[in-house]
Amino acid sequence: MTTQAATSVKKEKEALFSRKNLKLLKDPLNDNNPVTVQVLGICSALAVTVQVKPSFYMCMGVLFVVAMGNVVISAIRNFIPNRVRIIAQLVVVAGLVTIVDQVLKAYAYDMSKKLSVFVGLIITNCIVMGRLEAFAMGNRVWPSLLDGIGNALGYSVILMIVATVREIFGSGTFWGIRLIPSSLYATESSAGYVNNGMMLLPPMALIIVGIIIWVQRGTNKKLIEKPE
Amino acid sequence: MHKILRNLFENKLGPLFHEGGKWHKFWPAYDAFYTFLFLPAEKSREGVHVHDAMNLKRLMSMVIIALIPPFLFGMYNTGYQHFLALGQPAGFWDCFTYGALKVLPIVVVSYAVGLGIEFAFCIIKGHPVSEGYLVSGLLIPLVLPADIPLWMVALAVAFAVIFGKEVFGGTGMNILNVALTARAFLFFAYPSYMSGNIWVSGVPAEVNARSGATLLAQAADAGFLGHFRAVNGVGYDNTFWSAFVGLIPGSIGETSALACLIGGFILVWTGVGSWRIIVSVFAGAYFTGLLYNLLGFNAYMQLPAHYHLVMGGLAFGAVYMATDPVSAAQTNKGKFVYGFLIGVMAVLIRVVNPAYPEGVMLAILLLNVLAPVIDYFVVQANVRRRLKRFKTAAHVQ
Repeated sequence: MTTQAATSVKKEKEALFSRKNLKLLKDPLNDNNPVTVQVLGICSALAVTVQVKPSFYMCMGVLFVVAMGNVVISAIRNFIPNRVRIIAQLVVVAGLVTIVDQVLKAYAYDMSKKLSVFVGLIITNCIVMGRLEAFAMGNRVWPSLLDGIGNALGYSVILMIVATVREIFGSGTFWGIRLIPSSLYATESSAGYVNNGMMLLPPMALIIVGIIIWVQRGTNKKLIEKPE
Repeated sequence: MHKILRNLFENKLGPLFHEGGKWHKFWPAYDAFYTFLFLPAEKSREGVHVHDAMNLKRLMSMVIIALIPPFLFGMYNTGYQHFLALGQPAGFWDCFTYGALKVLPIVVVSYAVGLGIEFAFCIIKGHPVSEGYLVSGLLIPLVLPADIPLWMVALAVAFAVIFGKEVFGGTGMNILNVALTARAFLFFAYPSYMSGNIWVSGVPAEVNARSGATLLAQAADAGFLGHFRAVNGVGYDNTFWSAFVGLIPGSIGETSALACLIGGFILVWTGVGSWRIIVSVFAGAYFTGLLYNLLGFNAYMQLPAHYHLVMGGLAFGAVYMATDPVSAAQTNKGKFVYGFLIGVMAVLIRVVNPAYPEGVMLAILLLNVLAPVIDYFVVQANVRRRLKRFKTAAHVQ
């Protein structure tokens, strides 16, 4: 972190999308995914992923909060006294979350109802505080923005995968549109397909995240641990 | 036959699978079949190795033998309940054939899917195939209702073998009982197929409506009391023995406490199952049942304590599930605690939450998770005791 800060000071003129900056954007998508590698933000991955649509709104909310939070904190990082930095960060995050909450209430009331308390709980999302502490406090505004967007996208990728699996197998729909035709379903008298009720329960989200981690660690060479 | 097989395996197929052979990748599969039929080819050659005759293969075969009584009885009872609900007179063989036709496909699916996954994992990882699934594959059908769709069985088996066992490292490493993991998966994934008015096989909806009060009562009271009311009207005075023998609706193999006890005797007599666990499960359930009788706020609490021992899956769970040597507590004192708490939790869940009549399943899974903690405290207590003894001895010197 400190070395990153030092190098960014050294190179005053740097291309906006230099390789290093792109790495900030790309790394969290796979190699350093906040959910599957750092195992942060799991609670919301379990709570809001029953359907794709609310998860998408949740991802957008987190994207806004992490990106803007990183920008604001990075901009004022030199004025924040070190001893009260957590509270300063919290104030910024809380403000941003309140904006997201109010916007959702105004323009997407259904989603706001569905996400209920979990919008407010973005404040406690470990990814938000994690990026502020680990990156924005020591880096300039532009890299911080990229880092925030990258991490929020990494979070979103996992959430959307989990939500897609859960909605298709739990309700037979995607984004509310029926995928598995209702003629295939079992009725009182005939056998047929039945929705998997376990998909609607939070434990299954955890198991799906586990499968993603399993696949990722099996395929991504950087994550394969050396046998002891 | 033996010679032909041996020749086939050792001379024809063997070289293909050995080191350097064409199919060496599939060595674990070959090895599994070979050691299943014959003695292991690899023997220790040097050093001192004292082997007990009791290896995993014999242990598992013994459990299979002990499972035969509830298995056969389950097939008979499936048919018996079917013809009873339809009001048709049927002989012993009618009942047994009907049940066998219902039960055997489930067993076939369970083994095909479970062993398929197990073999695939062993080949990928290069492990030898072990016999763990032979027992799980028979246990799973016995804890399911006879009318469960076969694709659900396949899905549950796949889930249980992969997430109950293989992710933890295969046979012997699982935290949870594999068969109960499969049942729990179905219970939460497809609740309408695992609870309510589904325990009597092959009864169409219109027959349910025609037979009136009894089955309606069962539908309204889907708990385990419903089983009794459905079969025997309102009261449950003379049903203790029918429940003990097992002529009540329920999962295929779990209804008969008698068959489970016969299996339990086989397990205890051969030293495979732990009598400590079996006895303490029954003790825990009886004790909790008595405690609720003293409270007696509602019909569930007033149910005589000894009924808890013969109803639902308690006997089956105590004998075959709780004694699973992998997921149970390992220390002798721990086994008493583990079994007792299973009994307590099973009756607690049954009585306090009638939505989960199968409290036994949840109780055993919960205690599977807690078993290492129980063992930890038993071992620590022993360490403390010996440390104390050592210190006082040192002090005297």
